[in-house]
Amino acid sequence: MKQSLRVFFVGGYISYRALFGFLSLWIFIPTLVLTPIFQILLFAYIGRAAGVRSDEFYVIGNAIQYASVPCLFAMTQTISEERFWQTLGPILISPARRMPIFLGRALPVIANGLFVAAFSLFVGGLILGVRLDGSEWARLLPVLLIAAFSCTGLGLITAGIGLRVRETAVLSNVFIGLLLIFSGANVAISSLPGWMATIARGLPLTHSIEAARDVAAGASLHAVRGLLGRELAIGIVYTVIGFALVRYFEWQSRRLATLERV
Amino acid sequence: MSAARVVWSGFVMNLKMVGTSSFFLLTSVVQPVIFATVAFYMFKSGGRSGTLLYAALGAGMMGVWSTTLFGCGGIIQWQRWQGTLELGVGAPPSMALVYFPFTLANAFTGMYALAATLVWGRVFFGVPLHLVHPWLFVLALPATVISLGLMGLLLASSFILYRYANAMSNLLEYPVWVASGLIFSTSLLPGWSRPISWCLPPYWGILAIRHAALGGEVWGPLGMVVALGIASLVLSVFTFGIFETRARARATLSLT
Repeated sequence: MKQSLRVFFVGGYISYRALFGFLSLWIFIPTLVLTPIFQILLFAYIGRAAGVRSDEFYVIGNAIQYASVPCLFAMTQTISEERFWQTLGPILISPARRMPIFLGRALPVIANGLFVAAFSLFVGGLILGVRLDGSEWARLLPVLLIAAFSCTGLGLITAGIGLRVRETAVLSNVFIGLLLIFSGANVAISSLPGWMATIARGLPLTHSIEAARDVAAGASLHAVRGLLGRELAIGIVYTVIGFALVRYFEWQSRRLATLERV
Repeated sequence: MSAARVVWSGFVMNLKMVGTSSFFLLTSVVQPVIFATVAFYMFKSGGRSGTLLYAALGAGMMGVWSTTLFGCGGIIQWQRWQGTLELGVGAPPSMALVYFPFTLANAFTGMYALAATLVWGRVFFGVPLHLVHPWLFVLALPATVISLGLMGLLLASSFILYRYANAMSNLLEYPVWVASGLIFSTSLLPGWSRPISWCLPPYWGILAIRHAALGGEVWGPLGMVVALGIASLVLSVFTFGIFETRARARATLSLT
């Protein structure tokens, strides 16, 4: 048990630092600090041009949606990059249990996603005049944390696929783009066609974005517990599927002798 | 070897390279379609369905800019990874001439974006494709693409100094979309940002394309696109010389 906890916390942290290629400040600041601010501005201005929704709608929606960038890229890189560096074999032949090995890497990813969402929300709000007081921040942080968790679950799925396919960056970008359309970050779910709204309700971020908007409008955490519960459940389901995919592709690549083929 | 041959060979070769890259397919087709879809729904929600062609053109131009930008960042970075940057620098033609056809091919690939958003808008959102000045549209589009390619050349020259040129590309994508007002009028932006917009070829390019498609004065913006393209070319010849020498002196040319 102690060994597993050590692999989960220490191993996960070391793997994250070693494999997430965005951690250099030269990449981190342009990609995960400045770009989300401009994404917020872009959609807020389109919103003004279209005459639909307030700036607050876009600030909250895009700040949370942008958490998908670190969550998807980091989770995918911290697992599939082992293949690139030819270190997957030594890890998989170690006696450590798979669950702490792979899920431990998710913790720093969630923390990074939370930071990106919170920072974007703060600065985007400051620029566009969306004021959130201390009590609203206190209620928003758990919402952002749950959003980062559920999106990391999706990241685990792309990580699993990353053990099989080569173009993981393209795959992550496609998922991020789909979240831009379906999550309700910029288009209210009620404005989407029925089939799109149905898909949206099964994706990460949709419920947390809705909950965050409600909280910013004054709702208590208790009032949005249903939305948060659904977001948490979606995150758990995606994490389970993602972990199953990692195990499946690991087994497949051992069977087909393609473990570290890049 | 004549300059024209260098340009043609480089253009064809890079067109083949980006044509097989799924990342370029993403930036030139998938991503613009995603942004177009979001913009279509936003304008429809606001009861402004008449502006869908406006949104389609803007989303297409966003794709042209992204492809140019990532291509330009990529030129230096990918050549570093492949170990061919020194060969390009060491070749007898000037570095600007060697990399000009590459940026041109990237911008040309970006035209797929405009085609993709227009077709997508027509098929799934019933966007009318009636162009007010079709011949001027045909003129404005390649002029804008070439001008963006030349601006990309200028950016590529500065990327020689950066180890993380790709990250710099990420940084410049959204700000230029915003400052150029590709999907909204720049009159919505603060007044102090107006001079920044005027210095950007995408700003004049989208004006020329938009006016050709929806009506309005085309020649003025078109003239500005051409002028900024020429200015970018002239500047890039100088900057390639300066930055290349500096990178060689610091021995950072192939630093990855």
